[in-house]
Amino acid sequence: MKESDIRFIKLLILVNGLVPLALLVWDQSHNRLGANPQNFLILTTGMMTLIFLILTMAVTPLRKITGLNWLIQFRRMLGLYAFFYGCLHFLCFFSLDRVFSVSSTLTEMLKRKYLILGSTALIVMIPLAITSTNGMIKRLGGKRWRALHRLAYVAAIAGVIHYYMQVKADTRQPLVFAAVLAVLLGYRVVVYLKQRQPPALSPTAKANAAA
Amino acid sequence: MSPLREPNKISEREVTPAAVYFNRRTFIRAGVLAASAVATGVAYRHLNPVGRGKVNTPVIQGLVKPTATEDANGFRVDEPETSFQDITHYNNFYEFSTDKEGVAPAAAGFDTKGWQVAVEGLVNKPKVFDLDDLLKISPPEERIYRMRCVEAWSMVIPWVGFSLSRLLAVVEPLSSAKYVAFQTLLDPNRMPNQRSSVLDWPYVEGLRMDEAMHPLAILASGLYGRALPPQDGAPIRLVVPWKYGFKGIKSIVKIKLVETQPGTTWSKYAPNEYGFYANVNPHVDHPRWSQATEQRIGEFGRRPTLMFNGYEEEVGHLYAGMDLRKNF
Repeated sequence: MKESDIRFIKLLILVNGLVPLALLVWDQSHNRLGANPQNFLILTTGMMTLIFLILTMAVTPLRKITGLNWLIQFRRMLGLYAFFYGCLHFLCFFSLDRVFSVSSTLTEMLKRKYLILGSTALIVMIPLAITSTNGMIKRLGGKRWRALHRLAYVAAIAGVIHYYMQVKADTRQPLVFAAVLAVLLGYRVVVYLKQRQPPALSPTAKANAAA
Repeated sequence: MSPLREPNKISEREVTPAAVYFNRRTFIRAGVLAASAVATGVAYRHLNPVGRGKVNTPVIQGLVKPTATEDANGFRVDEPETSFQDITHYNNFYEFSTDKEGVAPAAAGFDTKGWQVAVEGLVNKPKVFDLDDLLKISPPEERIYRMRCVEAWSMVIPWVGFSLSRLLAVVEPLSSAKYVAFQTLLDPNRMPNQRSSVLDWPYVEGLRMDEAMHPLAILASGLYGRALPPQDGAPIRLVVPWKYGFKGIKSIVKIKLVETQPGTTWSKYAPNEYGFYANVNPHVDHPRWSQATEQRIGEFGRRPTLMFNGYEEEVGHLYAGMDLRKNF
């Protein structure tokens, strides 16, 4: 991949990531967000957060499976979009649901389990966003940086449960998120177990030893 | 040019000028960028459709407005009415869709021809009513009630209907009748989401006899002076303004008077979250969310939720001495 192509794909992601926000603002300004726009804004920004979290975590498995190593260059942007929509989600909750009341925001966030999970997801994304720069990666060192950024899984798991807990009966949508997340987690677990296996136990190694 | 030029070399003149080459590239990229943004937009729009259908049900003739005394008894709440558009496009009616904005399109064309309501059980005069006969029991009255959903949003709805007690008087309940059980139509052909197993169909609800006899509990056949649109529970539904909206069972086909407390759909689905009584109560939270405030549709900010949805004076005595935390 040429540097200019990478830059172009980054531009594609940048623009497409803003499309849902642009349409939200457009619909809101034309009073087209339905009977409960407050709820719609909170729900949609939350969905976008989960979608970008999952896209971010799909990068490494996709890269390893396809061998397209340049995919990694877009992960930071996807992750930052997840954080961006997560912040919007919180701001919508704070302004539209809690009507700018800091005290009621805090009491609700500490009292409701789904909000504790939601805040956990957003809070763990903060250090990830801060340490997303090249400088920070260098400063932390690859190993520590990777360990820290496994927190993305904590954010995604907490986020999906947070969504699931607010649904009254039709849990299909949160369960779809949960299923995709389970696949991504499962992939990591399989990779981890394979790496832990001593090479002597792998079938090729055995065959080689027998030969 | 020089005759010494090697024949297989491309001449300077044949090379696309840099400016043209980069322009073409930029042009293609701009096209790809625009196309991708449009595709994302179309996908978003597909998932979040806008635009609402028009509802045009017949106007109900001979509508009786509540008297001043009745107003004082809670028949008309003095708060701005929620718009007809919002009342008819933001519905919880799982028989059609679990998406509140999706109920209206899914219920459009719902056929209620030949509708009958069976009133049976512990009564002297059980009867299967044709809808028209049922609606002749009492003149249609306008009742402007608050409607508080268990999901913490609310509306003010000008219903058309009459007290359930009028119907019960016609069938003459026996003294052994302690509860009234209601049932929605079961017909997956007409109510397509009954094919899913999201709830246990048919939808059933119930009231204690004294609740059912309370003048505020009505059978509604219309709103805003027009016949009920399908999404709001056509052709006839229950409205119990001091209880959470899910108690207001829609598209009723059966009313049965019984001796013991009947099962109700949501309390069977999650007994720790939805009780039989389901009285609006800001002091008893849903296990997962607060019931202290509500989002009034069409307003910015939240209103405090009122005890018994603001009908405490009228209905509080029905629950005197009861532990409302246990009987939620």
